Amino acid sequence: MKSFLAFLKKEWMENIRSGRITVLLILFLIFGIMNPAIAKITPWMMEIMADSLLESGMIITEVKTTALTSWTQFFKNIPIGLIAFVLIFSSSFTKEYQSGTLVLMLTKGLSRQKVVLAKSSIMLSLWTVFYWLCFTVTYGYNSYYWDNSIALNLFPAALCWWLFGLLIICLVVLYSSILFSSGTILLCTGATTIVIYIAGMFPQTKNYTPALLMNSSALISGVATANSYTKAAIITAALCVICILISIPIMNKKQI
Amino acid sequence: MDILSITNLKKSFGNKNVLCGLNLSVPEHSIFGFIGKNGAGKTTAMKAVLGLLKTDSGEIHVLGEKVAYGQTATNKYIGYLPDVPEFYSFMTPIEYLTLCGKTCEMEKSDIKKRSIKLLELVGLGDEHHRIKGFSRGMKQRLGIAQALLHRPRLLICDEPTSALDPVGRKEILDILVAASEHTTVLFSTHILSDVERICTDVAFLSEGKISLQGTVNQIKSFYSSKEFIVETVSSETAAHFIESFKYIKPIQNNSFAFSVDESEIFTVLKYISEKQISFQKVERSSPSLETVFMEVAKK
Repeated sequence: MKSFLAFLKKEWMENIRSGRITVLLILFLIFGIMNPAIAKITPWMMEIMADSLLESGMIITEVKTTALTSWTQFFKNIPIGLIAFVLIFSSSFTKEYQSGTLVLMLTKGLSRQKVVLAKSSIMLSLWTVFYWLCFTVTYGYNSYYWDNSIALNLFPAALCWWLFGLLIICLVVLYSSILFSSGTILLCTGATTIVIYIAGMFPQTKNYTPALLMNSSALISGVATANSYTKAAIITAALCVICILISIPIMNKKQI
Repeated sequence: MDILSITNLKKSFGNKNVLCGLNLSVPEHSIFGFIGKNGAGKTTAMKAVLGLLKTDSGEIHVLGEKVAYGQTATNKYIGYLPDVPEFYSFMTPIEYLTLCGKTCEMEKSDIKKRSIKLLELVGLGDEHHRIKGFSRGMKQRLGIAQALLHRPRLLICDEPTSALDPVGRKEILDILVAASEHTTVLFSTHILSDVERICTDVAFLSEGKISLQGTVNQIKSFYSSKEFIVETVSSETAAHFIESFKYIKPIQNNSFAFSVDESEIFTVLKYISEKQISFQKVERSSPSLETVFMEVAKK
């Protein structure tokens, strides 16, 4: 346990001192503020553009934005945040393989599963903290300017995207245990996401794939109920656990 | 008791057979020089001992425990210094050693005490900066400190002196000698003067096998040359020698090497005494490990 905590601390220190945490903190804070800000300035921007739009035959009457506009913006920005997160953490394992820093830790008797568990715990916790930070900021502004109750199933919808993020991060961990370069890890994670997305397009599989979790607009607008997302959420959570569980034996036999 | 024993170890990369039936035993409390040309397979063998490399066949035992590939329990007995050690550059030496100590499940107070002592030993006691700005020699020294932290029974160093200048090399060798009081040291190298300076035992690795192994004295006496060197006072006597002896090899104007049997040197001595040739010295040339290495490599 002591060695696990020590490695965890090292991970934390690395992320702080390398500036990863600062960059992500700023990014997610900006997203959190931008969501309501964009919704807030939309009517004003429409007003400015009204004249030019009138010339092309469009008549702008009163533009009304609500918390829903801001939440729609939130779910549009989160994928960008997730991509940034994955880009930053895709080298977490590979940097150690390439530089040889992990060799010294392993020859000190650090078990390989602790490496996988420490790294994934840090990534998953940071994703959780940044995601909900972004959510809280948007929520705060939204309740100040408008009324959040207009967005139905808001928490289930937010949980879905958070869970989807966890799955992507677990995929990064899995591919990091198999592959040696961050480029190929990104490629494989991207390819898997596309496969998940395609699998979600078939009516037979639609309700069972993690891709459903990305469709949050149906939830907040009330088209779908939270219950219809349960199966996909359970399957996604199971996939997360499976990814981490598979990574451990692969890591144990990896030539480092 | 042997601290490390390797039996019939084989490893190939593609078509290239790097280790072809390596047998090696390292006695406890020795400073063991593992000698071989570049690319002979020294690093491969060491990585196999640490369980970092999957071998094709053969067995490795550390203190009687079998080494497994991947996760291996035997590493708790071993301190390892790779040829180019890399550390977490965002840490200071003391932070790094603390991480290492905790990784080995050492007590907090012990880690602190030992880190300070070892950093003093390797001459990094006053370095409080991050490892980022360290030179190669400093990294090598920190490498030794981390390898010795958990009081390993066996210290494995992969070419610890190869990339260093003469002063740096001497310092590292002195540290290894100091470390050998408490631990067995196994180090690979191709610098033979380093081996002659500190090793008690050596093994020569050539074409994937150990071609020669023993204590430095044993090996030197085994290869003890049948060559004698005679140095005369004046160079004028040279002609006499060249005329009278077939197997003579002039070294300088007044010194010659005789490659003769033990008994025949007496003929030479008799000749010197009969002709009353004044000489500076008559000596049996002692083989350097370099000569042995060349001979072994030739085979």
